[in-house]
Amino acid sequence: MHPALSVIAFTVLSGAGYGLALVLALGHGNPAHLPTKFAWVTALVLIAVGLMSSTLHLGNPQRAWRAFSQWKTSWLSREGCMAVATFVPLTILAAMSILGDTFNLLLGYIGGIMCMITVYCTAMIYASLRTVPQWHTRWTPAVYLLFALTSGTMLYFAFFGREAGSDSNRIWVWLTLVFLVVTWAVKFMWLRHASAAGYGASSMESATGLGNLGRVRLLERPHAMENYLTREMAFRIARKHRERLSLIGAMLGAVLPFVLLVISLMVAPALGGFLQVVATISLLAGLFVERWLFFATAKHAVGLYYGGEEKLVPAE
Amino acid sequence: MTQLPTTTDKKLGLVIDLDTCVGCHACVISCKEWNTAGYGTALSDQDPYGAEPSGSFLNRIHTFEIVPDGGEVIGSAGEARVVHFPKSCLHCEDAPCVTVCPTGASYKRAADGIVLVDEDMCIGCGLCAWSCAYGAREMDLAEGVMKKCTLCVDRIYNEDLEEIDRVPSCVRTCPAGARHYGDLGDPSSDVSVLVRERGGFDLMPEQGNKPVNKYLPPRERSALGSAASVPAVQEDTSDATGLLAWIDRALSGGSAKGAS
Ligand code: SF4
Ligand code: SF4
Repeated sequence: MHPALSVIAFTVLSGAGYGLALVLALGHGNPAHLPTKFAWVTALVLIAVGLMSSTLHLGNPQRAWRAFSQWKTSWLSREGCMAVATFVPLTILAAMSILGDTFNLLLGYIGGIMCMITVYCTAMIYASLRTVPQWHTRWTPAVYLLFALTSGTMLYFAFFGREAGSDSNRIWVWLTLVFLVVTWAVKFMWLRHASAAGYGASSMESATGLGNLGRVRLLERPHAMENYLTREMAFRIARKHRERLSLIGAMLGAVLPFVLLVISLMVAPALGGFLQVVATISLLAGLFVERWLFFATAKHAVGLYYGGEEKLVPAE
Repeated sequence: MTQLPTTTDKKLGLVIDLDTCVGCHACVISCKEWNTAGYGTALSDQDPYGAEPSGSFLNRIHTFEIVPDGGEVIGSAGEARVVHFPKSCLHCEDAPCVTVCPTGASYKRAADGIVLVDEDMCIGCGLCAWSCAYGAREMDLAEGVMKKCTLCVDRIYNEDLEEIDRVPSCVRTCPAGARHYGDLGDPSSDVSVLVRERGGFDLMPEQGNKPVNKYLPPRERSALGSAASVPAVQEDTSDATGLLAWIDRALSGGSAKGAS
């Protein structure tokens, strides 16, 4: 699938925003403290920027409001409805902290649960597609939820939490290390599913119904140049690039944050705080790579009409 | 809107004969011509006279070769063959393109089962094209709305047209008679009979979309060798002399198997 930057930015940024909002909504951070106020603004801005960038890839964004109507069947519609609805408790909580130095735990729980449901809906847009077997698994929403939680938690304590070196900072770091390990373990399960998924139960033989005659190969494409289908659905990256990018993604998203966080526990508080910030930025960069690969490596059934596994579709 | 009707009164659709299609692309062109002036916005082209022309089409012809077991390339073992493969929307009964649509722009008609896009409601998110396993939907890049086969809904009920023209443009155009149109929900319709008699099949049944359109398999072929039963007309060349006699001998010898 074509890795559209607008969709990658949408899923990564809004995911991190919802993760951060969840941490705050569960009552962390003194509502009267300036960093907490900034954290609320950051969460709302990340969510809003993510949602706005998702409308960038629409052909007719001026009609985007219509997308709130079909929540009965469409995960995209559910995602839109939930995103807007979640703004209500989050904005109230942010306003309570910023203007009134107060917090309400009940509203917090409601907002926090809504954050998670929204991220789940985002993931289900992809996980519900039978045409992309790599995405069509329970592991997809699990990965989206965990990455949102981990990136939100790291954002919180690295930028807005307690001073590095304090006891509570240590607890947050340990918690994040656990999150990192769990997240990447689940991502590993997803990768295992994805690498075996291929075209699922479909093949060029089932796509053409000609399998009883022999093995099917594409002789001629219907069109000489690219079209919407080949650009959007038959996107391929060279194996070489895929492997290198997977490595970069794992380094930035898993190894580096983990190592930096561990070191931050052992060094002077000032340096530790700095390392925690670097670790968070590294995680977010790794997430962009991870999300890029999520799209770019996904095979869509329509590829079977364009040669399937054979390299008849020009790479990139 | 995007909830699918539980049943439809009719199941209008196409039956495509893979035995008969010669891959001439006439239906592709007539489809583009009719639909660029008909339902919804025009089917735009990008860079039509430049180096990288592309555009939206509702019907495309792929060509496949079937390599029989034991062969590596076509013709290397057994009976290989080339099959031209027209592909357009199959107007699925369980159409995922309809249920994923967030706006209600995509819908399936309860009366005849035709799947359509209301372009005034479409936001151009492209999710329906992602959900279609058959590549039957293409975004129009000029208008930012989704285009798909309408089964020529503006022809089949059009009383301004002569009766013979009230079929989809591709069906009317096909010079080989490879495309048939009718109600696949009526077991006694011509298309249903055709599907039964010729063993019509679904594309990718494992995707669970229950396509209405059916495809007819290529007929079994007689083996190449059995063509020998048709004797070729032999000209009497016994009076040829010199160079001509030599050519005659060389050609009859060399092609005796193929020509006789
Ligand atoms: S062929 Fe594709 S576009 Fe047509 S109804 Fe089926 S899923 Fe929808
Ligand atoms: S592109 Fe249009 S028709 Fe397709 S899902 Fe989006 S809004 Fe619906």
